[in-house]
Amino acid sequence: MAVSEAVVRAVGLEKRYGLRTVLRDVSFELESGGALVVTGPNGAGKSTLLRLIGGLAAPSRGLLEIGIERRRVGFLGHEPLVYRELTALENLDLYGRLYGVPERRERIGMLLGRFGLWEARRQRISSYSRGMTQRLALCRALLHEPDLVVLDEPHASLDDDGLALLDAELGTLAAAGKTLVVATHDPARVAALATGSIALGHA
Amino acid sequence: MTAYLGDVAALARKDLRLELRARDTLPAMALFVVATLVVFHFALPGGASEDAAYGLLWVALVFTALLGLGRAWAPESEAGALDGLVLATSDRSAIWLGKALATLAFLLAAEIVALPAFALFFAPLDGPALLGVLLASVGICAVGSLVSAMAAAARGREVLLPLLFLPLAIPLVVGGVGSSISPEPGAYLAFLGLYDAVFAILSWAAFEYVVTE
Repeated sequence: MAVSEAVVRAVGLEKRYGLRTVLRDVSFELESGGALVVTGPNGAGKSTLLRLIGGLAAPSRGLLEIGIERRRVGFLGHEPLVYRELTALENLDLYGRLYGVPERRERIGMLLGRFGLWEARRQRISSYSRGMTQRLALCRALLHEPDLVVLDEPHASLDDDGLALLDAELGTLAAAGKTLVVATHDPARVAALATGSIALGHA
Repeated sequence: MTAYLGDVAALARKDLRLELRARDTLPAMALFVVATLVVFHFALPGGASEDAAYGLLWVALVFTALLGLGRAWAPESEAGALDGLVLATSDRSAIWLGKALATLAFLLAAEIVALPAFALFFAPLDGPALLGVLLASVGICAVGSLVSAMAAAARGREVLLPLLFLPLAIPLVVGGVGSSISPEPGAYLAFLGLYDAVFAILSWAAFEYVVTE
């Protein structure tokens, strides 16, 4: 039987902001192709843990090993990480250039079509609804076909169509052997994909 | 290297596109520098030396640059786009270099308005003085793009930016005024060139730590 290697390994992870500890003694291991579901109440440190895994913050204590190059991580945060005065096409084209996405225009067109944003591709993001912005943020996170996909409450702001699209996309990613980390308040929604879970409490 | 320069070009082009669309930085800089020169024109006593006028030009240019730097990272702050760039760039210093080049373009555009206005109100600038303005502008944007990124990530950014930037701009003012009024401006121009090289390298190397929590 083939032994999967750990893509993410955390031992005694701790994160402090000043005197406030937001994450304390978190340990887990996530194998390649696995899906880790992170749950917990507001303020438990879910977003902080995902920022650490995404490489956007450094742990204050403990060990965090990411076995994937930084640019092979796809990250969806609370913010869409796009420019509000650019259009969807312009935002994705910028990120496509930075990630060095091959056949960028075809990939952008395919994602915008899949997430139902093709008709609105030339609108500025400042005119988008929250749900449309979340769909675009998902397009941005998946644009470069990342190997490790880190999603912080991806279901937030989506309507029923958007939720169905996201569920289908998560299933596709899991079937393609991508490694997933999903923070959610609705663990039942991703239970079928999960290979592991962490329930965070207040530190 | 090609990928790095491609990232820098894409980032600088994005800032120029945002400015062409929003027009919230360059018009403010141009209006501010002209208004400041008008105020100085009436404030400077008749018969004051040209040297004093050159000093006032540099005050106007530094504060105009400060105005632009205060807005430099606003698009990145609005929707967390800086995090997106940090994740996507092959080398995070490309974010700084792209921003510095875009800010330099805005500052040079404001100076294209300011220098004829200065010639109209006070005196024209000669070749060494113009070269001094160019070199000082490079230094302002190199160090200013770094400290404005630091300020943008902090509370009280409006206060923090001038506190960080103005002390670092003093050598540029010394070099700029010297290149404008000295009969032998070569040493001042060399000083400005050295400042640009040193602070560009320091800013390039330090940016990684500015954008990492």
